[in-house]
Amino acid sequence: MMPKPSRTQPSEREDVLLNELVAHFREKRGALRKQWVNQMVAKRLLQGLTPTEVETESETIYDTCIDCLATGKYDSAEKYASKMAERGVLRGMTTEQIIGGLLVLRDVYGRSLFDKYQKDQARLSKALDIYEPVANKILSIVAMAFILEREKVVRNQQQAILELSTPVLQVREGLLILPIIGVVDSVRAKQLTEQLLRSIRERRAKVLVMDITGVPAVDTKVANHLVQTVEAVRLLGASTVITGLSPEVAQTLVTIGVDLSKVKTLGDLQSGIDEADRIMGYRVLYQKEPAAR
Amino acid sequence: MPVPIMKQGEYLIASIQSALTDVDLLTFQSSLSEMVGRHHTRGVIIDVTILDVIDSFAARTLRAIAYTLKLRGADTVIVGIQPEVAFSMVQLGLSLEGVKTALDLDDGLELLNKRGNDEHRE
Repeated sequence: MMPKPSRTQPSEREDVLLNELVAHFREKRGALRKQWVNQMVAKRLLQGLTPTEVETESETIYDTCIDCLATGKYDSAEKYASKMAERGVLRGMTTEQIIGGLLVLRDVYGRSLFDKYQKDQARLSKALDIYEPVANKILSIVAMAFILEREKVVRNQQQAILELSTPVLQVREGLLILPIIGVVDSVRAKQLTEQLLRSIRERRAKVLVMDITGVPAVDTKVANHLVQTVEAVRLLGASTVITGLSPEVAQTLVTIGVDLSKVKTLGDLQSGIDEADRIMGYRVLYQKEPAAR
Repeated sequence: MPVPIMKQGEYLIASIQSALTDVDLLTFQSSLSEMVGRHHTRGVIIDVTILDVIDSFAARTLRAIAYTLKLRGADTVIVGIQPEVAFSMVQLGLSLEGVKTALDLDDGLELLNKRGNDEHRE
């Protein structure tokens, strides 16, 4: 009895069969690709693509798959998959469309093998042995490329949200306002303070008004963080006024026993800016006649 | 490495040039204290822009320097603390309480001048 050929070292016969498969797929390229595209259209997997795009993309994907089968190397597939993922994610193609499309292609290839070898069961099973791992590998490459691309987009967006969430606004020469809106967790608090300290240095601020009207709840941690920020700001030579302490927040702070006595606090932003003007020596004058435009 | 201390009118300006060892810091403290007496200095500026780490000993010594010089009749301003350094100092609980700070040399001088005028007016 002949020893079973191992997958790593293809026997002579397997090589021959592989070449036969590749030749078969290349020969039937036109028909099989058309069949694939038609099935994808029927399943509505090509929404959002123009007919030209469908043509070129499907040709490239078809040929890339055959190349992988013929050479046993997946570099081109990986490169193409990541490029496709980049474009696909940008244009809002769903994972269902991509994976669905490849599953259809897998079925089309498989079906054509069944048709070709339907009289020779042994040969059919050998052909499937060769073809199926390749198809699975390509599928997993594409799926991974899409997941990685999604993760990249999510990471970028997180970064953008973080930066957007803490605008540092300059009101006058030397006066910065930091409106804090939303829940302050430890990550955000750290990022917020770092950005604030950098802005103070860049814009040579003398006074900072930190408005916490938009912070839904102030607990020991948030209060502690505010105190730390105020101290760090002082080390850079600027002073801080905290505004927007609602009656509820003030009451909570007193109840939980947070000591903000070292920090200048005021009820609303307006009095905060007035206080900042006073610290810096500005005085706002009211002119009876509004200035001419 | 010793810290160069420059005399500028009624002020002394000490600009730290490299990371300081504990011994350097103590030498710095005593030479400043001595020079304040010799030059009848009214204000001292210590520029720490170059330092990317200020540990607990350095922070304590800087505070001690400010208190010592106050007793000798000079105001001290620490200038140029980097944002990152400020943040990590505060997290370690080293907030240089009672010591004046300013953004840079310019602001430090301005602060000293302002204080001088205020005192004259009183």
